[in-house]
Formats: sequence, structure tokens, C-alpha cells
Amino acid sequence: MSSATASTDTRSYHLAEEPHLHEGHSTMLGFWMYLMSDCLIFAILFATYAVLGGNYAGGPGPKDLFDLPLVAVNTAMLLFSSITYGFAMLAMEKNRVGATQGWLFVTLLFGAAFLSIELYEFAHLIHEGAGPQRSAFLSAFFTLVGTHGLHVTFGSIWLVTLMVQVARKGLIAANKRRLMCLSMFWHFLDVIWIGVFTFVYLMGVLR
Amino acid sequence: MIFGRLTWDAFPWHEPIVVATFGAVVLGGVAMVAALTYFRLWGYLWKEWFTSVDHKKIGIMYMVLGLVMFLRGFADAIMMRLQQAMAFNGSEGYLNAHHYDQIFTAHGVIMIFFVAMPFITGLMNYIVPLQIGARDVSFPFLNNFSFWMTTGGAILVMASLFVGEFAQTGWLAYPPLSGIDYSPATGVDYYIWALQVAGVGTTLSGINLIATIIKMRAPGMSLMKMPVFTWTSLCANVLIVASFPILTATLVLLSLDRYAGTNFFTNDFGGNPMMYVNLIWIWGHPEVYILILPLFGVFSEVTSTFSNKRLFGYTSMVYATCCIMVLSYLVWLHHFFTMGSGASVNSFFGITTMIISIPTGAKLFNWLFTMYRGRVRFELPMMWTVAFMLTFTIGGMTGVLLAVPPADFVLHNSLFLIAHFHNVIIGGVLFGLFAAINYWWPKAFGFRLNQFWGHVSFWCWNIGFWLAFGPLYAMGLMGVTRRMRVFDDPTLQPFFIVAAIGAAIIAAGIGAMLVQFAVSIWKRDELRDGTGDPWNGRTLEWATSSPPPEYNFAFTPVVYDGDTWADMKKNGYERPVSGFQPIHMPSSTGAGVILAALATLCGFSLIWYIWWLAALSFGGIVAVAIGHTFNYKRDFYIPADVVTRTEEARTRALAAGV
Amino acid sequence: MSDAVHSYGHGHGHDDEHHDEGAHGTMGSYMIGFGLSVILTAIPFWLVMGNVLDNPRLTGFVIMAFAAVQVVVHMIYFLHMNTRVEGGWSFMAMMLTIVLVVITLSGSMWVMYHLNANMMPHAEMDMGPTQEMRTMQNMSEMP
Repeated sequence: MSSATASTDTRSYHLAEEPHLHEGHSTMLGFWMYLMSDCLIFAILFATYAVLGGNYAGGPGPKDLFDLPLVAVNTAMLLFSSITYGFAMLAMEKNRVGATQGWLFVTLLFGAAFLSIELYEFAHLIHEGAGPQRSAFLSAFFTLVGTHGLHVTFGSIWLVTLMVQVARKGLIAANKRRLMCLSMFWHFLDVIWIGVFTFVYLMGVLR
Repeated sequence: MIFGRLTWDAFPWHEPIVVATFGAVVLGGVAMVAALTYFRLWGYLWKEWFTSVDHKKIGIMYMVLGLVMFLRGFADAIMMRLQQAMAFNGSEGYLNAHHYDQIFTAHGVIMIFFVAMPFITGLMNYIVPLQIGARDVSFPFLNNFSFWMTTGGAILVMASLFVGEFAQTGWLAYPPLSGIDYSPATGVDYYIWALQVAGVGTTLSGINLIATIIKMRAPGMSLMKMPVFTWTSLCANVLIVASFPILTATLVLLSLDRYAGTNFFTNDFGGNPMMYVNLIWIWGHPEVYILILPLFGVFSEVTSTFSNKRLFGYTSMVYATCCIMVLSYLVWLHHFFTMGSGASVNSFFGITTMIISIPTGAKLFNWLFTMYRGRVRFELPMMWTVAFMLTFTIGGMTGVLLAVPPADFVLHNSLFLIAHFHNVIIGGVLFGLFAAINYWWPKAFGFRLNQFWGHVSFWCWNIGFWLAFGPLYAMGLMGVTRRMRVFDDPTLQPFFIVAAIGAAIIAAGIGAMLVQFAVSIWKRDELRDGTGDPWNGRTLEWATSSPPPEYNFAFTPVVYDGDTWADMKKNGYERPVSGFQPIHMPSSTGAGVILAALATLCGFSLIWYIWWLAALSFGGIVAVAIGHTFNYKRDFYIPADVVTRTEEARTRALAAGV
Repeated sequence: MSDAVHSYGHGHGHDDEHHDEGAHGTMGSYMIGFGLSVILTAIPFWLVMGNVLDNPRLTGFVIMAFAAVQVVVHMIYFLHMNTRVEGGWSFMAMMLTIVLVVITLSGSMWVMYHLNANMMPHAEMDMGPTQEMRTMQNMSEMP
């Protein structure tokens, strides 16, 4: 109820209908801010790579190690996973559970392909004696690229969890919010990868 | 294998001081557990406090954590003062280097991360939702989780006292000393994991409060009608979200060096220890502004309330705060002028450091102009504020002196530096906290604080502070280095003795404050405030009862002007007494406690190289976190008749004029 | 004031039927974004792998520019970034983050370059005293 009409003031200090903040009102903004903080973590890893990336300690450098065609394939896997997630979101907006789940699954496959190729690359480097302990350059390389890979891994676990939750409860508002957060996360990882393939792989070979 | 590198040697059998401390802690702990069990309080504590997602309860728990850790951190300070007063003329004092180095490291880590941060987080958590007319923060569960993560970090630091050892590197743990070669034992690992666990809590809390302030303001409260404390909280939390990830990443790099043999900060294989110093201070400088900005907000609130006047220059206050927020990212190198970056780099950062003092000066003038021609009431919060103005200003000036690179070349890492930062932290952060506690205690607990003991505490702190740190300024100018355990020059001893006396007087001030709390709680009926507005406050938190009901506001207020409550009182606001609706509230949960406990366990396992337990607890965190997301029903409604009864009780209290 | 009153609780959609919970894309916008990304990725790879410009510095600048453009493409077409999302707060948060990232990256590189130049040991092994003195003189003349 509004306040009594005190004195000559006709102000109402309460609305006629109590305003109600809907469930999840802050989720998108909050998650976006988390992403910005994650951006800063990557900024530090990029800065470290920028400063220490030339310290080969007499060991192998980018030209000796980087397999650009493989990186190109990997980049494609991640880019495809981004577009398939986009398709999943389009299906979600049309409330089509089956199509959403299908595209989510395809995204997962592309993500898994990305991770497999990356793990193969890492294993190969380590086998060649170019592991993260060999030099500051390699420490920085493995940490930057590895952290990105870890994020993709956690994103994939999250994706599977969401597929289970959508299967159980359908595309309710809460699940849609979660899918949209994962969408932001997934695309953000692709943005970071643009930085990685440009500054680590391509520039590395150019140095 | 099962226990990693944890053996019976980890316990400090050979250090009598630590053994005695451990004994005291165990006795005290057992006594507390026994009392809680006897009075059957475990269920109450779990249901009403530990699992609560109410921002008010979480705020109070943060304050309790800060207070407990403050006593530990201060004990470290007393030990250092004693040692430094004694260790002359061939005496080695009573602390060996191994112990002493841990003490000065722990003192810094605890005071910054587990005293100052919890105190300001507690304040912001309690007050901001009330000031913006909201019922809770944006993410109540995350709020609870953040608190327990901070506590988990504190537990790790405290555990290091009795199991293993703490870092001996100073509070920022520079490599190569903090690398695995020079610090192979558990000390630096305790440091790293305590900060990483607590850091997650802090970062999430930052996101939480920013979202709250942006999304949950009452209708009509535009940004420029927010209370200044809310503004400074917003800026401080932006700094938190924008700086803690840097600390997290840098500590990850250090831990990779220690655990995985990488070469970020090593002396060889291409590592560069200077990069650590650079990165850690990119975090470190915004951190000190995180600490002070909320307290600047407190001073604004207190000054305008106790001058019975609108704050002078609200707009410029907001702009000054935002300037400080952005500029704090452009000064970090002043912490290592002497590391050798050369004149061009040093000049740039020296100039930016001097520039950043200007907005702070603008704020000070605004406070003074608020007091000018106001009817100033020198209650304790206002006394602390005036003490801040005097103390902090001097500390700020010594900071500007240090900002001049050639001066800093002489004064870097001297006692002058120590005196400077204690001057601004004690004068700014601590005095601000005391002002805030005295100001908002009646709101949180429904009764005022005892004035006499408050005055005793005030004068002990002010006198004690100058006695403790004045000599350090002088010695710093004479060239005495920080973190020294033993001294060759006997002419310094009188200075250290004066400093020790100062520390003892501060101890009396702390004791007086504890007595103030105890006496006030004991005599709370005499000190009762039933109005909810004992100071003639100006902002919305004073519109509620003291303490506020669980739901804060029965009806969400509509805001017409800044200094909202003052505006409402001026325009004849009448509290609604009927027509109450059910109120939507978030449910309590134990998931935060469990997740934080698992995180603390994971940290402990990593410290001791108990790899199986680390993997298990980490898996547990992921499993519990995912499991928690399957709980979609996290809210409930307070029935209308409960609200009605609560509000009617308030109506009666107000009528009784208690 | 009325704007603030009106927008409270009436944010971007609060139930299943309402479409505007955050911004979202269309098939067309996703395909444009995808197409642009493919091009903006393929060209840098081609330039480097084929040594097309035969000038490492120029190639470096070009691929950095392409990266910057592709980031913007991702922001607009995949992340649906614009100045209206969340009342402009998302955009402001992103701008502040970008500023801080630039400060962190450029600041660290500038500072560390100078520190390395002044403080790191030189690669040459046995430096005679005359040489070392000359090197010190040169260093003191550095900016």
C-alpha cells in the first residue's frame, strides 16, 4: 500500500504493485563480468608469453616446433563448434528441445576434436624434448595454450551437464539462462583462440 | 605415499613458543566446542548462520572472521616489536631467523587478506543492499560460498602455524626466494593455496556486489542518487574483479614453477623473476585502493550524518572515486623503482603516482566543506573520521614523497616505507573500520556501543599509533632497512623501545575495544535503540528497524532524491502499517560450506603433496558443484501474516519511543 | 526518475514466452559471422604459411589487424555485443576490460624491456674490463 497522503505532498513511497525482480535477473550480467575477469587471467598469460616467449634457453623455438597446418585444422574445429553452438541457440529460441540437444552434441564433438588434436600436439612436443620445463618460452606456451584447453574441457563438462538437465526438465527459463551463459563462455573461448593462433603460432613462426 | 610429505616432523615440537601457542589454542578451542555443545548451539549455528544466504548474517560472519584474524595478525606485530626492541648489543632476541621471517610474512598476509578484506567485504555486504532498498544481493548462494572460501583460506594460514611452516618470503613472496629451490618446504605452498582459495571467494563477491548495485536498486534510485558508500563500494568491487584475476594467474605461474618445474621465474632456462614483481604489483596497487575506497565511502556517510548536512560536492566525490579507480592501474611500478627500469619508466610512473593523490585530496576538501557550517556532533564515528583526516593525510604526504624516484632510491624498503603504509592503512582503513563499526553497530544489533570504552580505545589507538610509527619514520630517513631481526647499531634501540611502547598502547586500545563490545552486549538493554535511526541518519538503511527484519523492507521503497531517508523524513514519510504481502526470499543451503571445505582440503593436500587426496577433493568439488545445479528450487515465500506480525512489533516499538 | 521506476523489474524479459532475455542472433547473422571468421582466419594462415608478403614485420602487423577485426566480428555476431545489452553495462565492462588488458600488456612489455636491458646479464662470456666499462657508459646514456 502506498503511504498516507501526508501533509501537502502527494508522493507515493511505494508502488501500487510491489515490483518483483524475476528469477535470474542478474545472471547474464554477472556471468559477463566473470568472463571479463577470465579475460584478465588470459591477459596475464599473454603478457607472460610476450615477455618470456623469446627465451628459448638454447632450446627449440617456434619455428622448430609449430605445425601450422595442424593448428589450422584445430582452429577450424573450434570455429565450427562456435557456429554449431549458435545453431543450438537458434533452436533453443524456437523451443525445439530435440534440435537443441542435437546441435549441442555436435558442438561437443567438435570440442572433443579440438582437445584431442591439442593433446596430441602437446604429447608430441613433450616427446621431442620440448616440454614445459625446457625453457621459459615453452613454459609460457604450454600454460597459455593449456589454460585455454582446460577452459574448453570445463566447458565441455558443463555442456554435458546441461544436456542432461535439458533432457530432464526441458527448455525451462533456468535452463535457457544456463545455455546462454555457456554460449557466452564458448564464444569467448573462440575469441581467446584468435589471440592464441595469431600471437603464439603465426607470430611465433614469423619471429 | 598416503600422507605425501606430511610426517610427524611437520609438527613444531622443537619450538616452545609455537607449542605453547598450540596448547592455548587447543584449550580455547576445546572450551568453545564444549560450550557450544553444552548450550546445544550447533544446530542453531548451522541453520541460522553457517548455511544462511542472508547478506546481513554473512556480513556479520565476515566481521567476526576479520576480528579473529586481526588478533592473530596483531600478535605477530607485538612479537616483532619485542624482538626488535631487544636484539641489540650482541643479543639475538628471542626469535630465530626461521621463526621471525615467518612472523613478518604472516603479519602482512593476514592483515591484508584475512583482516582488511573480510572487514570491508563484511561492511559492503551488510550495508549496500540496505542502502539501495534491496532485500539481498544478486547471488545469495554465491555470497555464502564466497564467505566460506575466505574462511578456508584463513584456516590454511592458521594451520601453517602448527602443521609445517609458513612462508619466509615477505607477504608478496618474490621469487627466486619463493621458488622451489630456495623455499622447498611447505611455507610458500601454504601461502599460495590460502590466497588462491580466498581469492576465488573475493572475486565472486566482487561480481556479486557489482551486479547487485547495477540491477537491484530501488525504483527511482538512479546512479547519481545512490549513497556515496554504495558508489565507493561499486568502484572497489570493480577493482576487485579487475585485479584479483591477475593475482590468481601470477600465483598459478609461481605454483607451476614449484610443482611442475616450469621456468617462469627461475634464475635459469630463460626465467625472469622480475616479471613476477611486475605482475604481482599490477595486482598489488589496485588492491590497496580496494582496501581504502569503501572506507572513503564510510567517511562520507559519517561526515554528512554527524554534520547534519548534505555531503558537499557529491558529483565531484563520485568522479574522484572513479578517477582513483582507473588511475590505480597506472602507478604500479612505484613499488619497484629501484629494480632498474631506468629513468624514463620511473619518471612516467612517478608522475602518475603524484597525479593519483589529487582526487583523494579533492575528497578530503569535500569532507571539510561538509563539516563547515554544519552542526557537528562528535560522536565516536565522527571522532574516528577526524582522526582519519589527520592521520591519513600525513601518510598520504609521505606517499607522495616516496613517489619521487630519487627519494625512493634512498627510502625503498626502509622503515620509512613501513611507517608510510601503516600510516595510511591504519589511519585510513582501520580508523575507517572503527568509525563504521561504531556507526552501524546499532543498526546490526539493535543497541549502541558503550561510549566510555570507545573513547579509551580511540585515544589509545591515536597515541599508540604515533608512538609506534613515528620512530620508524625517523629511522627510515636515517637508512634503517625493513624486516631486520638483529641490529648492530645500539643508538637505534631507544627508537625501537618507543615503538614497542606504542605497540603496547595500541594493544590496550584493542583490549578496550573488545571490552567495549563485551560491556555493550552485557548492558544491551540499557543501550537499546528501538527507533532504528539513532544518529538521525540520511540513507535508506536507517529506515529499517534495528536489526532489520530478514526481508529488509516490507515494501520496496520508491526513491525521489539522494540522501533518500533524509528526504523521506523531510517530506513527512509515514511508514505503512497494513496491506503486507508475502515476500519472496532465497533459501539457505549447506552447499557453500561443503564446497569450501573441499577446496580447503584440496589446498591442504596440494601443500603436502598428498596427490590422491588432492585429486579426490577436487573431483568432489566438481561433483558437488554440478550436483548443486540440479537443485532448481532455491527460494521460498515469507507468509504475509509473518510480515504483518514483524511490522506490527515494530510499530509498537516505535510508539513506545524506546 | 520515471525511467528508473519503470525499468525496475521489467528488465529484458522474465518468463519463457518473452524473447528478449539478453540479445540473440538470427541464422543470417550467425552465417555472416561465420563466413567473415573463416575468411579472417584463412588469410592470416595463408600469409604466414606461404610467406606471401616476404616481410615478417609487415606480415605481423597485417595478421594482428586481422585478429583485431575478427575479435570484433565475434563480439558482434556471436556474442551479440552492442551498447544496449544490460543497459549498456556489458559494453562498459568490456571497454574497461580492454583498457586494462592494453595497459597490462603494453605496460608489462615496456617495463620488462627496460628491466631486461638494464638488469639482465649480457650474453657475451668473458668481457674484458675496458669493454665492460664502455658498456656501462653506453647504458648510462640510455633513456
